[in-house]
Amino acid sequence: MKKYIDTGKTDTRSGFGAGLLEAGRKDGKIVAMAADLRDSVKMGAFAKEFPERFFQCGIAEANMIGAAAGLAVSGKTVFVGSFAEFVTGRVYDQIRQELGYGHTNVKIASSHAGLTLGEDGATHQTMEDIALMRAIPGMVVINAADYNQTKAATLAAAEHFGPVYLRFGRPARPNFTDPDAPFTIGKADVMTEGSDVTVVACGHMVWEALQAAETLEAEGVSAEVINMATIKPLDGETLAASAAKTRAVVVAEEHNAAGGLGEAVAACLADRCPVPVAFVSGGDRFGQSGTPAGLLAAYGLDAAGIRAAALRVLARK
Amino acid sequence: MTSLEELSNIASQVRRDILRMVTKAKSGHPGGSLSSTDILTALFFRVMDHDPATWTRQTAGQDAFLLSAGHLAPALYSVLARAGYFPVSELATLRDFGSRLQGHPSTEHELPGIILPSGSLGQGLSAAAGIALAKRLDGDPHRVFVLCGDGESEEGQIWEAAMFAAHQGLDRLVAMTDWNGQQIDGRVEDVAGLDALEEKWTAFGWNVVVADGHDFESILQAFGIACAAGNGKPTMILFKTEMGHGVDFMAGTHQWHGKAPSEEQCAAALAQLKETLGDY
Repeated sequence: MKKYIDTGKTDTRSGFGAGLLEAGRKDGKIVAMAADLRDSVKMGAFAKEFPERFFQCGIAEANMIGAAAGLAVSGKTVFVGSFAEFVTGRVYDQIRQELGYGHTNVKIASSHAGLTLGEDGATHQTMEDIALMRAIPGMVVINAADYNQTKAATLAAAEHFGPVYLRFGRPARPNFTDPDAPFTIGKADVMTEGSDVTVVACGHMVWEALQAAETLEAEGVSAEVINMATIKPLDGETLAASAAKTRAVVVAEEHNAAGGLGEAVAACLADRCPVPVAFVSGGDRFGQSGTPAGLLAAYGLDAAGIRAAALRVLARK
Repeated sequence: MTSLEELSNIASQVRRDILRMVTKAKSGHPGGSLSSTDILTALFFRVMDHDPATWTRQTAGQDAFLLSAGHLAPALYSVLARAGYFPVSELATLRDFGSRLQGHPSTEHELPGIILPSGSLGQGLSAAAGIALAKRLDGDPHRVFVLCGDGESEEGQIWEAAMFAAHQGLDRLVAMTDWNGQQIDGRVEDVAGLDALEEKWTAFGWNVVVADGHDFESILQAFGIACAAGNGKPTMILFKTEMGHGVDFMAGTHQWHGKAPSEEQCAAALAQLKETLGDY
């Protein structure tokens, strides 16, 4: 199988920050807004270089979404940023009416998503945001695998007209994708080819899936790993083609079961290629305080959890 | 320039349109539509610098208007049609399946004059602030007008937006409150005790003007003050109005907030309002 090398641990939110700065240099129509978490969501460099195009909104996320819609309908490409929970669940209705129904060109930069926010605990660890954003008609939902891909996805989001939910995380994680690869919205990447089982993953789980595939290979199981960075629209072609080959699928995500990547994949496969599917997710639980790595292990959201799910689904073939 | 008498005539026709639209649709919100009619008439026929022929959602080089209290759609639709944004005959389609005149303003159906959807309350003031920011970035000196309800001002986002617009110094932003004192469940003062609006907006750093929302001289004077402000502060005009204004049995009560009149009630109401521009 194709092997990937960690070129140096870094956080995916910094990939967003680098992408935003690069996009801002290319396009004067790009503006950014933060709700008192400018530096946490890595908008600081953009704000420093383009102070007239950065708007600090304070701890008032609902107003930020509404003002973003106003800027967007007036011709700006707007990035709004906060922690994932505060820029989804807290403002769902504003996003639905002004960004979704209004089809405005606003990109939701959603940082600190999932359990890996860590020590702050469940109030700040959303495991439901993908479900909320997937439910909005026309919303693009992206959760890229690492720093490099999050940067590329940010540039792609800037060039896509319409609302985009761009999810990324807090902790330093392996950086392993091609830094020069452009990001195509709606196109999955087959990271490594295999024949016995397909592992579909997004975000931080892609690296874990690759580690699981290496272990499985040593055990004589050939796993195909798909990086489904765009969760909506889902790349059904790539998914169905892989499932038709392997006849068994595992889906791994740093998100709860309801409404996440797992259900999106299952719905697609039920329609196009019904095969056994096993799910690696947070289930139906809230998070809790802990280190990012410790939490992922405790909730089974790691290579070991993915390997176990692969063995379970293989037994159902 | 549209005279006071002409404004009064237009408003009478708009009220007729509202009643006929809501009666035919058998649902809708006549009460607040009738209380905001004179404000909207003055805005679109005298105050705003706008051109229906070249209008786009981007409103570049024009004043922008947002209806934050989206349920006042019948009044806005009539004023837009009478101002030339779309044919008045289309008013007959309010709330019909496939109509551009959705129950609450929609951009998905691409009705000219609608910049953003509204209906879920409390969101328009934020959007108006965003448009004002964009116009300032682009060097477009045009104004942004936004109409809110007093009941709507129970939404926390209104006050988030109040702080934001004042902090950003958006003095081309003119907000209006249709202060009719009524909401679905009763009088605003009984439902949520939202009083001292003048003091509240002043304390939030806004210029505040109080005017009679059914007297065109008072309305125009208020807009004159608002548009001359330019002191680094946004302006809120608190228009004292009466729900159901212009129809005696609808006036001053929340009972007509969101209820359509019967054919007989509509006929009785229309008898009180002069047909000035021809019914659609």
